[in-house]
Amino acid sequence: MDVVNQLQRQFIDYSASLHREGFLDDQFTQLQKLQDDNSPDFVVEVASLFFEDCEKLINNMARALEQQQGVDFKQVDASVHQLKGSSSSIGAMRVKDVCIAFRSFCEAQNREGCLRCLQQVTHEYSLLKNKLQTLFRLQQQILAAGGSIPVVE
Amino acid sequence: MTMEEKLGGSNGEDGGRDRFPIGMRVLAVDDDPICLKVLENLLRKCQYHVTTTNQAITALKMLRENRNRYDLVISDVNMPDMDGFKLLELVGLEMDLPVIMLSAHSDTKLVMKGITHGACDYLLKPVRIEELKNIWQHVVRKKKPDSKDQINASNQDKSRGGTGETGPTSSSSDQKVSKKRKDQSEDEDEEGDDNGHEDPSTQKKSRVVWSVELHRKFVSAVNQLGLEKAVPKKILDLMNVDGLTRENVASHLQKYRLYLKRLSSVATQQANMVAALGSKDPSYLRMGSLDGFGDFRTLTGPGRISSASLSSYQPGGLFGRLNSSAALSLRGISSGVIQSGHSQTLNNPINGFGKIQPAVVPANQNQNGTLFQGIPTSINQLSQNKPTNHFGEFNRCNDPNAFGVATNFQDARVMVGGSSNTLPVSSGNPLLLQSNTQQTQHSGGAFGNQPSSLGVTSLNQEPFDMNVRGSSNFLDHGRCSENWQSAVQLSSFPSNALSASETFSHEQLPSNNLQESISWTSSHLSGSPLDLSSSMANPANLEDSRGNISQVGLNNNVIQNIDYTTKQQWGDSRHDYNGNMNNSFSRGDSLVPASGPMMDQSNVISDKMNDVSLFSQFSGDSTYVVPHLDGEKSAFDTKSRSNDDFLFETKPQNGFNQNSFEPLENIMMSMIKSDQNNETPLMDGEFGFDAYSLGSCI
Repeated sequence: MDVVNQLQRQFIDYSASLHREGFLDDQFTQLQKLQDDNSPDFVVEVASLFFEDCEKLINNMARALEQQQGVDFKQVDASVHQLKGSSSSIGAMRVKDVCIAFRSFCEAQNREGCLRCLQQVTHEYSLLKNKLQTLFRLQQQILAAGGSIPVVE
Repeated sequence: MTMEEKLGGSNGEDGGRDRFPIGMRVLAVDDDPICLKVLENLLRKCQYHVTTTNQAITALKMLRENRNRYDLVISDVNMPDMDGFKLLELVGLEMDLPVIMLSAHSDTKLVMKGITHGACDYLLKPVRIEELKNIWQHVVRKKKPDSKDQINASNQDKSRGGTGETGPTSSSSDQKVSKKRKDQSEDEDEEGDDNGHEDPSTQKKSRVVWSVELHRKFVSAVNQLGLEKAVPKKILDLMNVDGLTRENVASHLQKYRLYLKRLSSVATQQANMVAALGSKDPSYLRMGSLDGFGDFRTLTGPGRISSASLSSYQPGGLFGRLNSSAALSLRGISSGVIQSGHSQTLNNPINGFGKIQPAVVPANQNQNGTLFQGIPTSINQLSQNKPTNHFGEFNRCNDPNAFGVATNFQDARVMVGGSSNTLPVSSGNPLLLQSNTQQTQHSGGAFGNQPSSLGVTSLNQEPFDMNVRGSSNFLDHGRCSENWQSAVQLSSFPSNALSASETFSHEQLPSNNLQESISWTSSHLSGSPLDLSSSMANPANLEDSRGNISQVGLNNNVIQNIDYTTKQQWGDSRHDYNGNMNNSFSRGDSLVPASGPMMDQSNVISDKMNDVSLFSQFSGDSTYVVPHLDGEKSAFDTKSRSNDDFLFETKPQNGFNQNSFEPLENIMMSMIKSDQNNETPLMDGEFGFDAYSLGSCI
């Protein structure tokens, strides 16, 4: 029990910090609430989907921006748009914020700006991925120790 | 049955059928897998039943397969295979389901686009569960005309497996005639066996498809009983159709009434138009009414659809159609009715007008034709608009059911007036008309260019009733739909300040066969000094030719005006009497289409013309207009004028020709002639309004 408590406390603290640092926002909390017996791994599943999708989109954008002949900003914009949608759906706030800036660069057809944003997005995404993986690991540990995941409000 | 019962019906799964919104079936479409997954879970959390797909095309396919399987669609805006707005439109048109748009962008323009394309709501990502908890309201709202039955029905459908509903339901994009599944829900037990419920006929009476035939029966039953006295039980008995329940009828009746209301408003316009058209022929009236509507549509931009749309609807278009169909439409009015059945089609009414018309004409026979004829001219004018557009939208917008009816009516109207098309539009649009008074004006022009006098604007809903009635009369029960239109129109007339003072006031209509409608309409007419006269006759038409139209002090005036207009519009085949009658009728007719009241008038006229049952004749007789003139019984005393030829005959073209009424007129003319009532085609504009006081006519 002590272990469980400890883990739970760790979990709570970590969650709080993620929120505090802006990696996650309220939407993530909502998702956690959605997790229930019917879909016990809901959050993990969604997160995995997000990672996959994110990578794909980042690759698309990178490819599009690399075009020397002429960057298809529409395509980049479409990818950014989608990334924005999915990041906001999962609660990845920082990623989403970068996307917003990214979008304006796209509209302005600013290749440099876009590339910079792309870098930022990639960076944020990696950070988030790591953090979430840590969080999920904690969750696993708690469950393995027989405890339940505390709900972080 | 309680709402719950009804609503709850279909969720077999969680037995929540009766607990709407629990178990509401949602189809979620989004190409983003994360969003889709999150959405799915959120919806499940709200206890809805969710189906997801990441492709719009797949979604469309699923919906087309069985429209009844879903209550609501949520779709992303940006999708690779199809634009979200496009999907939205298609769903709205084909299946008439509420659609909610979803997007990560909160761009005002996009939101606007969503709304104009008919979205019920526009949500931003990330979607929150609180927002989703309320989306069921859209389902209820859409089904409102049918009341909760639909929901229930749909729920039931769901449980039934949403599969083929047994019974007469028409799956797929039928108009939402959802059968009241009350019976069913009560009977059925959620066995989970959807279709197989024990007694298919009772169990799943899933949605009833109101085919033209069925609707015609319905309308005639209603006419027989009299719109006001029509109660579902009696209608049901009269119709004598197997597998139809009282609930089905009740809900359909409700829609019909709404439709008529709409029509009246449109009819007024139409009436004006009709009046203007002077179409004696009932068809004129119809047409007129229809046209009026058509124009109305354009004119008023059926409130529903967006006035703009309506305009686009182009009553004129209607008329145009009316014209051709006017003759047809008159008869077609009935068809219009049919159309109504296809309220959904209204969406396409505009489009469908074309359809309607032909149908209508036959139904309306002349009535519409005459109406339209008269109106055609006006309508033609109206036709300028593109009717279809709006209606489509309109339809979308409108409650399918309600609209359907109305829309149908509109169509019916068109038909009624021959070009009932317009009517339907108008009918539906009566509301629109009104709303679009401007539009009407527009159509008024057509008709008489009545500045919305078509009553469309004035189509006040109430007149609508009148009109509806009148129109119903016109239509001859069977044609009720048409009548509706006419009635609507006529009624609309009265209510509409038909500038033409056509007040065609349905009073005149009374003469119509519309059984009650006429009187009803007339009353309306009288009631609302229809500007019908002015409005009816399509302001331009009516007025000019008659100039006197104003005199129609609703009834009288209306009649006169009607005559007046009719004459003009309808080609005045109905001469004086006809003309008047026609005028009035035409006005009425024209109104009818537009404002229903017109219809009455036309009816009135028709009655006079043909036998006062012009309207009624409309519905049935092609020469409705004409014949009535002769016969007109009471509505137009002037009958003697031999309205028959007056209105219809000769002139059909005149009034109508403007737009395309001509054809209608011709049709009407022929109809009239055949009818022979000598009704001089009112079309001649000379209607000269005989002092037919509409009252007398009526």
